[in-house]
Amino acid sequence: MTAISMNAQKSILTKLRSGSAVLAIAAAVIMVFLIPPVIDGGLKLFLQRVFDSLNNGAVYAVTAIALVLIFKATTLINFAGANISMFGAYICWWLSTSIGVPIWGAIVIAMLVMAAAGAGIERVLIRPFDPTDHLPVVLITFGLAAILEAFAGGIWGLEFHKFPSPFPADPKDRYTIAGAFLRWETIGTLVAMGVMLVFLFLLLNKTKVGLSFRAVSSNVESARLVGVRTGRTLQFGWALASALGVLGATLVAKQTNLEPAFMAKLTIFAFAAATLGGLDSIGGSVIGAFIVAVVQSMITGYGQEVAGLGWLKSNFALVLAFVLILVVLLFKPAGLYGTRRIERV
Amino acid sequence: MSTMLKCTGLNARYGAIQVLRDISLFVETGEVVVVLGANGAGKTTTLRAICSMVETTGSVEIDGNEMAGKDTADIVRMGVAHVPQGRGTFPELSVMDNLLVGAYIRKDKEIQSDVDRWMDAFPRLRERRSQIAGSLSGGEQQMLAVARAMMSRPRLLLLDEPSLGLAPLIIEDLFRRFAEINRETGITMLVVEQNANLALDLASRGYVLEAGHIVLSGTSDELRSNDAVREAYLGA
Repeated sequence: MTAISMNAQKSILTKLRSGSAVLAIAAAVIMVFLIPPVIDGGLKLFLQRVFDSLNNGAVYAVTAIALVLIFKATTLINFAGANISMFGAYICWWLSTSIGVPIWGAIVIAMLVMAAAGAGIERVLIRPFDPTDHLPVVLITFGLAAILEAFAGGIWGLEFHKFPSPFPADPKDRYTIAGAFLRWETIGTLVAMGVMLVFLFLLLNKTKVGLSFRAVSSNVESARLVGVRTGRTLQFGWALASALGVLGATLVAKQTNLEPAFMAKLTIFAFAAATLGGLDSIGGSVIGAFIVAVVQSMITGYGQEVAGLGWLKSNFALVLAFVLILVVLLFKPAGLYGTRRIERV
Repeated sequence: MSTMLKCTGLNARYGAIQVLRDISLFVETGEVVVVLGANGAGKTTTLRAICSMVETTGSVEIDGNEMAGKDTADIVRMGVAHVPQGRGTFPELSVMDNLLVGAYIRKDKEIQSDVDRWMDAFPRLRERRSQIAGSLSGGEQQMLAVARAMMSRPRLLLLDEPSLGLAPLIIEDLFRRFAEINRETGITMLVVEQNANLALDLASRGYVLEAGHIVLSGTSDELRSNDAVREAYLGA
C-alpha cells in the first residue's frame, strides 16, 4: 500500500485559496450563532475569551506539529506522542523541583532526553517492522503509551503536581486591553511557539537533514535511490517530534497540573487541530490549532446562552473535538491545507 | 575496457513468486545496453535487484565490488543512479530541491554549478525551478528525474522505461539527450525499454527477457535482424 500524492494540477496557491474558502464559511456559520450572546456579553468578555484561547492555541499547535512530523514521514499516527510528552514534562518537573535546575534549563534537558528516547523508540520498536503494514506499528504506539503512563505513575505517583511556570505568572503579570486581561504567560507561550516554528522552518528547509526528511516524506523509494538512509531520517523525525511534544507539554503543564494522563486529553484537541489543518501540513495544523482553540473557548463560553444549547458545558469540549475530527474526515479528509492522498493497493 | 556492472546467477522473488531466474548480464564501462521484454518479463525487477530493492540471491558486481546484500544507500554511493519507472521525482518538493536532493551523497563544492549545468541542458527545469515537481507535465518530470539522477555524478545510470506515457516527439528528444549525455560524460547506461526501435538505436548491445529468463542477447544490429525480436518488439 503506497500513498502517492495527487496534487499534480494544484499549485500551493490554489490549495491555500480553497482551504481559506472552507475556513471562511465555517467561521461565518459559527459567528451567526454566537452573535446574540457576544453582543450581550460586550467587547470586554469577547476579547477575554479570545485571549484565553491563544494560550491553548499555541500549545495545541506545538503538540499538533509533533503529530504531523511523524505522520508526514510515516503516514502513521503516533498514539504514544502524548505520553512521550508527558514523560518529558515529568523529567522537567523533577529536574526543576528536586534538583533545582532553572526551569528553562530543565525544559531543554527534558527535550533532549526525550529526543534521544524518541530516536531509541524508532530504532528498537518501529524500524524492525514492515513500514507498509500499519496495524502492528499503531498497536506498538498504543502499548508504548500505556507503558509510559504506568512508569510515570510508578515513579512519580498518580497525584497532581504543581508545575513551575516558564513565564512570569503572578496575577499582576498582565496587560489590560479594552478591559480584557492578556497575561504575560500567554504572550510567552505564543513567543515560544513562534521561535519553535522559525527553528523548524530553518531546520526543514535550510539543512541537509531537513531536505532528506522532506524527501523521505514525499517519496520513500526515490529517497533511498538518491542514497538517503531512510531509517536514520525517520529516527531524526521521531527525535524532533518527541522534543517538540515535550515543549508543548511543559508550556501547558502549569495550567493543567501534572499527572500521568494530563497530555492525553490535550492531544485529542491537537489531533483535531492537525486533522482540520491537514495531517501533513505544518502551517495548516498551526492554523487549525488556533481555530480549534478559539471555537472551543467561544462555544463553551457562550454556547450556554444560545437557546437549546444550555447543556453545553466545558466538559463537552472534548466531544466537540471528536465531532470536528469526524466531520473533517468525512467531508474534507485532507484537511484545509493538506495534500490529498490516494491510497494505491 | 573494464566491466562496470556484472550480474551472475541473479534470482529475485516477491514473497512466494519468483520473478527473476538465473539472470547473468554485464555492461562494459561507457557502454549503453538495453534490456527488452514484454510487460511482466522482469525488466523492472532486474534494475531493482541491482539496487538491492528486492530480495535477491546471486551476485551483483559494480566496478569489481560485490554488492549483493548491501544497502541501497551503499550501492548509490558506489556511483549507481536509478531512474525508476513512473519518474521517481519528489512531487511535494520544488524542482530545485529535487535537484539538490539528487546530490545528497556529495560533499564537494560544485553542486551549484551542476544544478546550473542540468538547468542548461533542460531549460524547462530552470523556468520551473521553484514549482513543485508534482505540477510538472509528464515529459518535464521525466527530464527532472534524469537530471536528478545525474546530480549524484553517477558512473552507472539505470533507466526504467523512460518512454512510458510520453508523447512520441518527447520520447525522441529524450533519447537524443541520453545519447548526448553518454557521449559527453562517458557514463555507462543500462536501459529497460518496450520502445525497442529507439532503445536499439541508443544501445550498442541488448538482452531480451522473457518470463524472468534471458532468452537472447547480442549487438543491437544482431537483435534488430533477429526474426523473433522483429516480430515481438519492432512490429515488423
